[in-house]
Parts: sequence; structure tokens; C-alpha cells
Amino acid sequence: MNFKAALFLPELLQIAIVLILFIETLGNPEKTIEKITTKLNWLPMASGVGIIVAIFSLNARGSMFFDAYQIDPLSQFFKLAIAIGFFITVLNALNQPLLEAEKRFDYFLFLALSACGLMFLSSAVELITIYVALEISSYSLYALIPIRGKEGKAAEAGIKYILFGAAATAVSLYGLSYILAYQHSTYLNILATKSWVMSESALGVMGLTLFMVGFFYKLALFPFHFWCPDVYDGTSNETAAYAATLPKLGAVVILIRLTALLKPGLEITTVMAVLGALSMTFGNLAALRQKDIKRMLGYSSVAHAGYIMVGLSAVSSEGLSAAAFYSFIYVLMNLTCFWVICRLSTDGRNLLLDDLNGLSKRAPYLAFILAVSAFALVGLPPTAGFMGKLFLLTAAWNRGYNWLVIVAALNTAVSIYYYLNLVRHAYTSEIEADYELPKPESALWGGVLAAILLILGAVPGFVFQLAEAAGKFLLP
Amino acid sequence: MIQPPFPVLTVLIFFPIAACFVLPFLKEEKTVRIFTLVIGIIELFLAFPLMGFDLSFGGYQFVEKTPWVSAWGLFYYLGIDGISLLMILLTLLLLPLCVLCSWTYISQRIKEFHFCLLLMTAACVGIFAALDFVLFYIFWEAMLVPMFLLIAVWGGPERKYASLKFFLYTLAGSTLLLVAIIAFYKQGGTFSIPDLAKNTYSFRFQYWTFLAMALAFAIKVPMFPFHTWLPAAHVEAPTAGSVMLASVLLKMGAYGFLRFCLPLTPLASVHFAPMMIGLSVISILYGGFVALGQKDMKKLIAYSSVAHMGFVTLGIFIFTLRGFEGALMVMLNHGITTGGLFMLVGCIYERSHSRQISENMGLGKYLPAYMFFFGLFSLSSLGFPGTNSFIGEALVLIGVFTAKPLIGALIIPGVMLGAAYMLRLTQKLAWGEPSKAQNWKDLNLREWIYFIPLAILVFYIGLSPGLTLKAIDPTLQNLLNEFSNKTSIVCQQAEKGNDSMSFANKNIGETR
Repeated sequence: MNFKAALFLPELLQIAIVLILFIETLGNPEKTIEKITTKLNWLPMASGVGIIVAIFSLNARGSMFFDAYQIDPLSQFFKLAIAIGFFITVLNALNQPLLEAEKRFDYFLFLALSACGLMFLSSAVELITIYVALEISSYSLYALIPIRGKEGKAAEAGIKYILFGAAATAVSLYGLSYILAYQHSTYLNILATKSWVMSESALGVMGLTLFMVGFFYKLALFPFHFWCPDVYDGTSNETAAYAATLPKLGAVVILIRLTALLKPGLEITTVMAVLGALSMTFGNLAALRQKDIKRMLGYSSVAHAGYIMVGLSAVSSEGLSAAAFYSFIYVLMNLTCFWVICRLSTDGRNLLLDDLNGLSKRAPYLAFILAVSAFALVGLPPTAGFMGKLFLLTAAWNRGYNWLVIVAALNTAVSIYYYLNLVRHAYTSEIEADYELPKPESALWGGVLAAILLILGAVPGFVFQLAEAAGKFLLP
Repeated sequence: MIQPPFPVLTVLIFFPIAACFVLPFLKEEKTVRIFTLVIGIIELFLAFPLMGFDLSFGGYQFVEKTPWVSAWGLFYYLGIDGISLLMILLTLLLLPLCVLCSWTYISQRIKEFHFCLLLMTAACVGIFAALDFVLFYIFWEAMLVPMFLLIAVWGGPERKYASLKFFLYTLAGSTLLLVAIIAFYKQGGTFSIPDLAKNTYSFRFQYWTFLAMALAFAIKVPMFPFHTWLPAAHVEAPTAGSVMLASVLLKMGAYGFLRFCLPLTPLASVHFAPMMIGLSVISILYGGFVALGQKDMKKLIAYSSVAHMGFVTLGIFIFTLRGFEGALMVMLNHGITTGGLFMLVGCIYERSHSRQISENMGLGKYLPAYMFFFGLFSLSSLGFPGTNSFIGEALVLIGVFTAKPLIGALIIPGVMLGAAYMLRLTQKLAWGEPSKAQNWKDLNLREWIYFIPLAILVFYIGLSPGLTLKAIDPTLQNLLNEFSNKTSIVCQQAEKGNDSMSFANKNIGETR
């Protein structure tokens, strides 16, 4: 087993959070929201400590649990990203309007459990461990999605997510059986020595492709994206903020590990490149017509899944580190955008684009934060979104998929329209109705996120170094 | 070059950005205006070390280079030569003038307006000073957002349409520029523009990168088929926005051609020169004809910009020293003159609340000072001898006639059209039947202050262009030498039967 607690600190802390929340759910249900909120005050603090712990364990290296669990630069980078994302989601979800008082503890229990599963996922280097970790993170999310007052749409979203998820997982498991049967191992480091060329190991290639489908589904890559807009639409704003960001990190980390097995120009990488191109084009085109902001962001995340494929299909240490970096930036950009949405939707309903009208007068700070996140999502300098995209495109050039780089660049031009719509409604339209004004201090954490996006756009070096170390570790 | 006491280019870029952070803490509207004005004037003084520019040296001066993202080979790399020096000075001069001409024109969201102005200035200086390709691209794109907001928030009734069109056009054009930058990095191994320019690239590579870059620059210039965003944006933008747009933004496209297309893709530039010349001639004639039929003053000046920028691209793609000089002079002079004209339109709009020619006629009697400036700038715009634009247009014409006399004959009507539309406008404004009897007030002190510097420049460059030409000549001479070296070396190699270059040879043969 060779269990070493020192290597396991971020996960241990997360497990502790889960256990405390579990104990709290067992107590007498509190009826008033105020009491519950005071009882939950420790949670943001604890998850903030989680970030610090994750930073301190950035340099941890080693493996445990019969080498199925590896602590390396890649896993530590993603654990830090997950810890940061979890902290923001907790802050974001703390005062959500559509959540009944007695369900609050359970809500955060599932949230913490899902993040915990994602942390396991980022360290898993054995196919069955990967599968188990994936299910830990997914099952709690299946329970989270339908929690939204008494909305029918939320239930529909939940059922869709479970059904699509179950089907994708089944395909994944089926692929795993092929890999095991043909390559005789489930350990990634052994699989890395095998051939993944179609003519030499057709069944192995089939198996790996099918195994990846489970993660394409998590990432909402075309054509496994159908759940995405509906789930964002149906579930509450706060849950959507989580579902849109952190699970994607889990998917990306495994896809990075799986791509590291491959070489550029293989059949699988071509499949990834083609799916990436389709995904970004379809996502951007579909987003053009959306009126509901969350649906729009849903299609936008389909497009972003495609951008991440650009880095992966390069199969170089540069490409993998660019993909890791971009997924981190993606989480920050989306959380920034969702932060504004959650603050504006004071009654928990879905926001339409028209609800943003005159935002720059009603809430100038929130409008500015929204603008920063929108321009970052486009990939416009001087935001971190641009740096992420620059690294992705540069890594992929001259790696056999130049057409993919051009498609990705052209897609920026398509996507600008709907992201700019957010800014346009916020800045140029006049107020048409009375809106409940969000409190000015609610912009605080969104402002911090926006500042991070701008700072990382100017000096991306210090975060990129971490991603670079991860990429170099996998493909030296 | 005299060593500056501080990193002058960095300071010029970041001083306005730093000033942005002070703006939210100012309370009174008037304080905001005065503060920005003072910042603009300080910024001009900060540019004083640029006077140490070595006029005899054609390379990059005031160079600053520090690693930025070392893993990716990005450098924070600034420097200027004769081409960028004048553009930067023009940008810096315009900031205080823009603040002054918006003093009463902009009456809401004052802080945000000046915030955008300061950001614009910083980004524009950055564009002209950047020597790292990615740094250039960052400034190039960063400039879009404040300009978009200037049009979208403080613009006229059709501002939503105009701002969106501006943003979509320019962004769509520059997406492929990014791909070209990445391709250059992979091919040349660096993002540094001077280093990239030392290499020679295969014709096939140049062919595609030229197209990708030219699309971005042609939209920004704007050249004929891509010009439609310009009239919309100009008409809807507030005065300061129009001035920035006409004086600085349009120059970026032409600057891009000079800085990137000619040194990096010389063979492709020669290959595509007929197309570019053709489009320039169409721009000149088309812009002139359309300007002739306009009823809106701003639209008229916008279309005249299309024609003037046609002279710029024509001068560039004729590949003679006179052509380059002329192009650069037209860029500078168009910035001064058209900037002045847009400010004049802003002035009259504040008085009559209309930009229609028919509602602003017969001003000669009531606004003599105003008409003096209007007459001056419109004479300058049509290239009247003694004013600045004459120098530029004459140089372009000389260049064109020495290289391609037939093309020269084609654009002579364009020059005449310029006289026709500008004189028609001036005549109606000065002596037309007054349509409205209003209490016209002539220029006040503030307005005098912002027209005088431009008027001085009109005469100064018009009567003694020597210093300006001296500043740009060594750089342009260098550029031309490099350019002809690169194109001729490849031809010689191809004559020796070098296989790798035979493709290039074939295409060059077609163009010569």
C-alpha cells in the first residue's frame, strides 16, 4: 500500500471537510437559513486553507496504493486548480436563493465529495482507479443537479445528466475491457510502452478511443455535448457554476495522461483533432442564437472543449502544458462570469441577455467584471484567455494539424459576437424595468477573479511554469 | 542617440495606464477633465527624451528588452525607428487635444470616457513601439475594447450597429494575423521582429503569411472592399473617437504593411503588389466619388479618409523611396488634417446639433474664425501647395510616376476629386444660403487652443518638411535596401537553378 500521509494532504483535508459536513447533515435539521449560514461559516475558511495546502504540496512527488495513485507535477497542478475552484464555488453557493434550509448541508456535502473525487482523479494513473475516481465525482454531481427549489426543469436536467452520463460510462468501461484484453495492463506507465497504431493494435486503439469517450462526455466535447446546455439551463445558477468548471478539470487531466501515451499523427489524435474542430465550430455557431445566458455559456463550453483538443492533439510537452494551463484559465474565466450571473439573479431565476441591460449603471463593478470575463472567454488580450489561447495555438502549429489551428483562430471571430453581446447589453442598453440591485460588496470575489485574469494576462509566467513542469514530466 | 534618463517608451505606455487607476477617486467632473488634460501634457513632456533621436541612424533606437515568458520565447521588447517615431508623437499630441475637444461635447459618464481615452493612448503608443510580435498583437487587440466603448457608449443614434460592425470587422481580420505570428515563430524561432526580418522565408510560406497579415492590415487601413465599417464608425463616434480613429487607428494598418509585410514577406509583397496597387487606386477613386455625394459632413470626411489612405498603400506598394516617404508623410498629414476636420465638425455639431451640410451653411459671416480653420484644413486635405498634405501626395505621385507612369495617370482624377469634394463642402459652409438663423457663437478660447497646434503643424510641415523627411529617410532607405536585397538575392539564386527557389522564381517572373 505504501501510504504516505504527507503526499496525501490536499485530499486528506478535502476528506475531512466531507466528513464534517456529513456529521452536520446527521444533526437536527435547522429551519432558518440564518442559523444554517452561521453553522456553515467554517466552510469557506476550510476550503481557503485547502488552497494553501495545495500550494504547499505542489512539489510533492511519489506514488502509493500499489502505484495506482501517483503524485506528480500534473496532479499537483490540477489539485491546486480544483482547490481554487472549490473555494470560489463554495463562496458563490453559500447564499443561494433557491435552496431550502434543510438541504444546505447535504448540498455542500455533495459538492465537497465531488471535488474530492476530482482530486483523486488527477492523481489516478491506473484505468480502474481512474474509473472509480470518476464515479466518485460524478455520482455526487448527479445528486446535485436536480436540487433547485421545486423546478421541473431541474429534475429534467438531472435525469438527462444521469442517463447520458451512464451511457458514456458504459462505453468507457467497454473500452477499458478492450484495452485490458489487448494490451494486458491497466497501468498507464505500462500502457505507454505499447503501440497505439491502428495497424498494429486495432483493438487497443478502439478500446482507448472508447475509454476516452467517458471523458469527452465530461468535457462536453461534440458530439457528447447534448447534456451541457440543458443541464446548465435546468440546474440552479450556483450548481451550473460548479458543473461548468471543475468536472472539466477532471476530464482534462485524464485526457492529458491518456494523450501522453500517444504520438502525433496517430489515428486517435486525428479523431481528437476532428472532434475538436467540430466542437468549437458547432459550439460557437449554436451559442450565437442563445438568449439565455446560461445556455449560451453551455455552448461556449462546448467550444472551449474544442480549444483544449488543439493542445492535446499536438501530443508534445508544450501542447499538454498549454492544455493544462488553458483548462485552469477556463475555470477562472467561467467562474468569473458565473459569479456575476449568480449575484445578479437575486431570486435564483435564469437570466436572459435582456436582464443585463443597463448593468453598467446599476452595478458598475459587476459590469466591469462581466466585461473582463467575456473578453477573456473570447481570448482577447490583455486577459489570461489570450495567453492561454496563444500557448495552445503555438504548441499545435507544425505538429500535423495546422488546419486545426486556423479553424481555432477563425472560431475566435465567430465567438466574439455572442460574448460581445454580454458587454453590449451591459454597457449600451438602457434600463427598461426595475431590478433588485445586488449589494456592492457582492462584487468583491468577482473583482479578485477579474484581477487574476488581467494579471495572468500580463505575467502568465509563474503559473505557466507549473503547467510546463507537468507537461515536461509526462513527455520529456 | 542621446541616452534617455529613464526607459522612455515604457513610461509613455504605462503612465496613462497608471493615471487610469487614479480616475475613480476623483469626484468632480471638472477635476476629471483637468486631471486627464494635465496627464496628457505631462505625457508630452515625458516624450521629451525622444528629441535625442539620432536622425542619421536607420535602425531601432531607445530599445528596451527584458524576458517576459521565457518558456515561450516572449520578450518585452520595445524600440522605435523613423517610421514609428512620428506616429508616436502624433498619438501623444492628440491626447490633450481630444480631452479639450470633448470638454463640453461629452456630458455623461465622464470618468469612463477619459478612462477609455487614456487606455487608447497607451495601447496606440504600444503598437508603434512594440518590437515583439506578440506584444504588438496584444496592443493591437487591446486597443479595440476602449475604441468599441467610445463608439458604443458615447456615440450617435446608430451607435450599437456601428460599434459592433467596427469590432467584428477588425477582430475577424486580425484572427489570422495571430496564426501568421505563430507560423513566423515556428519558422524563425523567435517572436522578435528585427530578428525575424533577418531571415528569408520560402515563397510558399511568404505567400500565405502575407495574405493573413494583409487581411488584418487592409481592414484596418481600410482598403476598398473592407472599408464599409469606417463611415459607420466615424459618423456614430463622438468627436474624440473620430479623431483617434482617423488620426491613429487607420495608420496602424499602413504601419503594419511597412513594418511587417515588406521586411518579412518581400517576395509575396512583390507578387501581390499589382493587387494592392489596384485596390489602392480603386480606394482613391471610389472614396473620392462617394465623398462627392455625401450630405453628412462626417461621412464626407470619412470617405475622404478612404481616398487618402489609398495614397498611403499606393505609395507603399510602389516600392520606391519617394513612394515610402510619401506614404509616411500622407499618414502623418492625414492624421493632422483629418483630425482637425473632425474636431471642426464636432464644434459645429455642438452649435447646430446637426452634421448635415444643408443645416450648417453660410457660416462665413457668423463664424469667421471657425471658417478660417475650416478653410485651412480643407485646403490642406485636398493637398494645396504650402500645406502639409501637398508634400505627401506630391511625393507619392513622384514615386508612382517614376515607377509606373500609367498608374500615375490613373490617380490624377483622384487628386482632382479631392479638390472637388473638399471645395464643395467649404464653399457651402462658408457662403451657402444660411438655412437656420441661430445665435452662432464663434470659437471660444478652448477651441482656439486645440486648433492652433494643428494649424501650426499644417504650415510647418507644408513649408519646411526637411526635418520630418530627415527623421524618416534613413529608416526608409534601410527598409528599401533590405527589401531589394532580399528580392534580388532570391532571383539570382533562382537563375543559378536552385531547386528550392524555383517556385519563387516562377512567380517573380510573372510579376516583373
